[in-house]
Amino acid sequence: MTTPSAKINQTQKIIDEILEVYPEKARKDRAKHFRPNDPTGECASCLVKSNVKSRPGVMTIRGCAYAGSKGVVWGPVKDMIHISHGPVGCGAYSNWSRRNYYNGITGVDSFGTMHFTSDFQERDIVYGGDKKLEKIVDELDALFPLARGISVQSECPVGLIGDDIESVSKKKTAEIGKPVVPVRCEGFRGVSQSLGHHIANDAIRDHVFDKQATDIETGPYDVALIGDYNIGGDAWASRRILEDMGLRVIAQWTGDATLAELANAPKAKLNLIHCYRSMNYICRHMEEAYGVPWVEYNFFGPTKIYASIREIASHFDDTIKANAEALIERMKPEMDAVIAEFRPKLEGKTVMLYVGGLRPRHVIGAYEDLGMEIIAAGYEFGHNDEYKRTYPLMAEGAMVIDDATPYELEEITKRLKPDLVGSGVKEKYAYHKMGVPFRQMHSWDYSGPYHGFDGFKIFARDMDMTVNSPVWGLVRGRAPETQAESMSERQAS
Amino acid sequence: MIRQVAIYGKGGIGKSTTTQNTVAALAEAGKKVMIVGCDPKADSTRLILNEKAQATVMDMAREAGSVEDLELEDVLLTGYGDVKCAESGGPEPGVGCAGRGVITAINFLEEEGAYTDDLDFVFYDVLGDVVCGGFAMPIREGKAREIYIVTSGEMMAMYAANNIARGILKYAQSGGVRLGGLICNSRKTDREYDLIQALAERLGTQMIHFVPRDNEVQRAELRRQTVIQYNPEHPQADEYRALAKKIAENENLVIPTPISTDELEELLMEFGIMEAEPADEAVA
Repeated sequence: MTTPSAKINQTQKIIDEILEVYPEKARKDRAKHFRPNDPTGECASCLVKSNVKSRPGVMTIRGCAYAGSKGVVWGPVKDMIHISHGPVGCGAYSNWSRRNYYNGITGVDSFGTMHFTSDFQERDIVYGGDKKLEKIVDELDALFPLARGISVQSECPVGLIGDDIESVSKKKTAEIGKPVVPVRCEGFRGVSQSLGHHIANDAIRDHVFDKQATDIETGPYDVALIGDYNIGGDAWASRRILEDMGLRVIAQWTGDATLAELANAPKAKLNLIHCYRSMNYICRHMEEAYGVPWVEYNFFGPTKIYASIREIASHFDDTIKANAEALIERMKPEMDAVIAEFRPKLEGKTVMLYVGGLRPRHVIGAYEDLGMEIIAAGYEFGHNDEYKRTYPLMAEGAMVIDDATPYELEEITKRLKPDLVGSGVKEKYAYHKMGVPFRQMHSWDYSGPYHGFDGFKIFARDMDMTVNSPVWGLVRGRAPETQAESMSERQAS
Repeated sequence: MIRQVAIYGKGGIGKSTTTQNTVAALAEAGKKVMIVGCDPKADSTRLILNEKAQATVMDMAREAGSVEDLELEDVLLTGYGDVKCAESGGPEPGVGCAGRGVITAINFLEEEGAYTDDLDFVFYDVLGDVVCGGFAMPIREGKAREIYIVTSGEMMAMYAANNIARGILKYAQSGGVRLGGLICNSRKTDREYDLIQALAERLGTQMIHFVPRDNEVQRAELRRQTVIQYNPEHPQADEYRALAKKIAENENLVIPTPISTDELEELLMEFGIMEAEPADEAVA
């Protein structure tokens, strides 16, 4: 084993300082989740521990299994109604936070922005919610005849009182002639939203595959776009690339998706997976059960897009390969122009990312295309798979952090002084108050898309707009210790 | 001050019968008593009310929409000897959460002022074992401070009694709840009196009374009455009067010392209830 380099030791020293304030037990535990990066993966003490229970008291940023199923995987399936089964809060708060765009007429054939809940009351806890669930299914079937199916997203109490949603779903599926899918994604299960993704994947496997009719004609260029939730239109931008390559997208999972598309996916020649964390399970299943191979790709920033286009094309014939090269040739000047415009303004700027299970590594290339450097990155709910894929993408001695706490993020920011922080809504306003340029990288800060060629133009503009906005200096100017400094700056200008 | 008493014990051991007969004896002696049934079966008050089944808090709440829509007089009825009766009610077996029903019902009774100052006793008749937090509600802070466990000389009833003592131990350490004693509701098993006396000693408590088995209890029950009401002259009525008097005068309230399963089995062997198994003999 090689001895850690000076860079790694230097970062380790900063990490040790940050963790110093914790009591010994917490410090030892957190140290395993917070490491200097070794791109070679050879430094054993640089491997990050992940996907374990959060330490109580650290104010983790993670979500729950229900968030992973309802909020991520099932929620965007637009022509189904997703019942948040339990008390009203889980459904209400999760309904207002995701930006899964879709086409369709809301309330008629699409239901993405609507909120359905069984609104458990005390009596539903005591007597069980099964009868109420039956009634809700009947009412939904009458009120929304064009809905293609219903999913039952379990909130915590359903599991606690042991409601038999499976038998209700089975009975109702037969009665209304549409699938009613029970999903056992009670929030208390697992250590983060990650288990919710898995449970949701399994529910698709058990209740959609081979049960929902799919009679599409298949062709040699059929692909399924997996793990793109169409945040701000991401999946549309991605689909455009694939179609320009001459591929036929027979399913989009699950951004702007339909139930039929879920059922179609096993007929694809190749499954293309963007968000590996939330949908690798179903891709593996489709590979085993239907022989559909899968490949990971990355549509953030031109460098990764070109590489991904070529990788995807390599699984098809020369026609597709030629199309791929033609597309790259056609788009390159446009992308070069974007880089020419924004790179000079962003060159050398540093970035810290703390997001969910994909973006901390997937957006690195896009930042690098703009001349920016990732000095710290971490996942809320990544597993070892994610970290293994992340180490080689980051510089030696950069920081890698798992299930970070607000204190740790704040300290990293103070010590490394990144020019831009990309994280979630829970972090956003703290950074605004600190006067640090911030982008909300779950919802694209109400912008987007960021995927594909279309997305990169917006991404570059947004990063410039954020990093180079004069507003941050004004916020910082309010802090007493910098008051004099900013006053003199103003007088000088 | 109201003395709040909780009665626990294995399912079917005779908690409800013993409680109602004892309460009837207390009422006969001029005490003001309320019974709160904490069992979805809602059979804790039928002998006092002489009715088949009472409207329960949870059933009424379900009909009315929510527990906030209920009035106290809808669910608090008066029976023999001016005994007030309430039943928590709850779901049929296998659905929902009966424990939550108990919590909801007791909170409702408290908020609506069922616990009036003129009461001498409140008795909680609680389902089977302490199966979840809901069934421990009656012994949480500010409620029942003394507990009686109904048992018999049957092995499983004694297992249950010991388990309940464990539950009490937890709440005794965090709150003020104490064990008042074991009530032996005789099943006429071998050496039952001595056995329960010995168990009580091991648990650090007393056998407060040995209630002999008598068919007069069943005859009264068939008429939805306690023995006190049905046949006040019968010797069995005197047994319940004796138990009531002992509870009223009981000052022997302890933190129980539950024993291990091994110790319990040793006790049973000591009394010849269980045969010692030769260690090297294979069981076919």
